[in-house]
Amino acid sequence: MWNVLYVDLSKRDFWVEDRQDLFDRWLGGIGVAIQLFREEIKLDADPLSPDNVVVFAVGPLTCLYPMASKTVAIFKSPLTGNLGESHAGGRSAVAIRMAGYGAIVIKGASDMPVYLTIGDGTVRFRDASTLWGIRSTVTVGRILREREYGRGLRTIMRIGRAGENLVRYACVVTETYRHFGRLGLGAVFGSKKLKALVIYGRESIPVKEPRLYRKVYDEIYDLAVKSELMKKYHDIGTSMNVNMLNAIKGLPTMNLRYSSLDKAELISGEYLAENRLGRRVACSHCPIACIHLAALREPYEGEPYFYKTTYVSYDYEPIYALGSMLGISDTDGMLRLLDSVEIYGLDAMSTGVALAWATEAYEKGLITVNDTLVELRWGYVEGYLQAVRYIVDQVNQFYRDLSLGVDHASRIYGGEDYALAFGGNEMPGYSTGYGAYLTYLTGARHSHLDSAGYSLDEKLLGKEYPPPEHLIDRLVEEEAWRQILSSLVVCFFARGIYIADRVAEALKALGINHTRDTLIDLGFKIYREKYKVKLDLGFRIDSLRIPRRILETECCGRSMDETYLKAALKYFEEKVKGMLSET
Amino acid sequence: MGKRLAVLDAERCVGCQMCMFACNRRFSSGGYSKSAIHVRSVGGFEKGFTVVVCRACEDPPCAKACPTNALRRRVGGGVILDPSRCIGCERCVDACVIGAVSWDEEKNKPVVCVHCGYCTRYCPYNVIGLEEV
Ligand code: SF4
Repeated sequence: MWNVLYVDLSKRDFWVEDRQDLFDRWLGGIGVAIQLFREEIKLDADPLSPDNVVVFAVGPLTCLYPMASKTVAIFKSPLTGNLGESHAGGRSAVAIRMAGYGAIVIKGASDMPVYLTIGDGTVRFRDASTLWGIRSTVTVGRILREREYGRGLRTIMRIGRAGENLVRYACVVTETYRHFGRLGLGAVFGSKKLKALVIYGRESIPVKEPRLYRKVYDEIYDLAVKSELMKKYHDIGTSMNVNMLNAIKGLPTMNLRYSSLDKAELISGEYLAENRLGRRVACSHCPIACIHLAALREPYEGEPYFYKTTYVSYDYEPIYALGSMLGISDTDGMLRLLDSVEIYGLDAMSTGVALAWATEAYEKGLITVNDTLVELRWGYVEGYLQAVRYIVDQVNQFYRDLSLGVDHASRIYGGEDYALAFGGNEMPGYSTGYGAYLTYLTGARHSHLDSAGYSLDEKLLGKEYPPPEHLIDRLVEEEAWRQILSSLVVCFFARGIYIADRVAEALKALGINHTRDTLIDLGFKIYREKYKVKLDLGFRIDSLRIPRRILETECCGRSMDETYLKAALKYFEEKVKGMLSET
Repeated sequence: MGKRLAVLDAERCVGCQMCMFACNRRFSSGGYSKSAIHVRSVGGFEKGFTVVVCRACEDPPCAKACPTNALRRRVGGGVILDPSRCIGCERCVDACVIGAVSWDEEKNKPVVCVHCGYCTRYCPYNVIGLEEV
């Protein structure tokens, strides 16, 4: 039985509905979340009004198979005004399913700060006035951890000051080091005066075919712990990309003026693993432990032998955004910046890209120190630390504008040619070629994860690109399949293990009938549903902005041609149209 | 002699909870609510994890606390539950100072580790293992 928990913050009310219908048809995760969102959202809702709706969803594999450790969140994005989608791990997915839910729908808004505890079949609305305004999301986690029930069996999602202050790229932090990072879920929480969610539970999930279940489980587990790929995620982690991309000249550097950074080595995964790595941790029910925590030891100024040690989680994307993109190759400086966005609950990627644009605009005189209040200069960590605080507190008009995203800021101050956002979302850290950029442009979340064009680029290094139509077909196929992964919901890192046939077997053990073909087909259907919502919310492929900068700076040693990108987009537009006219 | 499940090095624990899910799978169900092993952070993920599991006491306080003798001593230490005698009073839970006796809400009976070692196969980092006693 699949229950969906509905919470209405305006009425301080909640209820549960059996939505087996949706899970039967759409599997779970993104497949179900899109439908729930579509049922509840008013298309013209202001993303920061009570009309916005947040849906969290898990899937049939959650709690049952390894690496099914992710939760999908869907909402209307205050950053892009369009569909918002963000995924996070930690203990969120397991906790939601253990609390007895396949999805949680949150609507309305509270008139005072609240946090919710969800568990034991009930929802408690608690006063969060005291938590509101606390400087660090880490402290908020600490308080809730001590106050609330369910140690080891719960998730604690919370926002920081960035979310409270409605920075459009504020994130929701879960278990301190994981995030619903992109597209501004934190601001949506802030607008609803929702400080945190504590979710716990101890449900049991019966298995249809126990013998088959254990067999498939063991197969997946063995693949996970023995595979080379998974070992890489464990050993160095995603930050292995720093050296790799730097070497092939695909590492966006100084607002993408360059595609490699001097001394990138010092912010690389290899260097961090050798010199700073303090601990690895894992999401619940995932053996990989890809979460790397650096131990940052800092002296207190003027006080001899007085140090603080902070654990800072690092991954490739934050390192790119707050490291190379800002010209920072100072290991500890980069870690301090990572820590500051963690504390305030900002999306590291959007923050870095916004600051990179601001630095260039400052250099070019479009903005002055009267706007920025601090000198912005490549590699100048202290200035950036200050600027992060100014964004969070929106101390003047300039920072108010910057807190709305780089698209918005560049429309006001100029410098659109080098404002690196796609579909309104600040760019991810792969400047590898047509594949990467077409993913940013066409992907439903404008995220590198949508269709992973960067990995096509890497395969095409030194080879000729296929015709644009061909590239688009491959990206769409990949994105469609990823809808299945996000419906199960399994971590994309395990995509090599969760291939269609194995997914079908895994589901069979749970009494869910699918074949490789029906799964692939369902992936396309979900993709179509998602794009339909996107278009209904006002997204237009033909008005996508292509920042000139990406045509000026070489990607992996070659320049991109705008006509190729335009032809690809034109074809994509027709393809989507065709897809939506099928029934 | 018997064997017992031991925490070999909690510092290596990454908090994946694979062991808890493994324990639960013995009952052919998903989740961790029937797990006899518990992993939780020591006040936040950055501080590492505690792995709580029965220590296989030679003279187990949980057995002594049971008014109906539902917990019988096991060869190698620890106890075996006789569910038909258990009246669900939860005294065993209170008696264990390390909190290794957990509770099955559905059945209203304790869950205690039987030291079968099934979980050890699923701990990727050799945090737990079977020891001869
Ligand atoms: S399986 Fe091992 S590493 Fe994972 S939580 Fe259990 S003891 Fe810790």
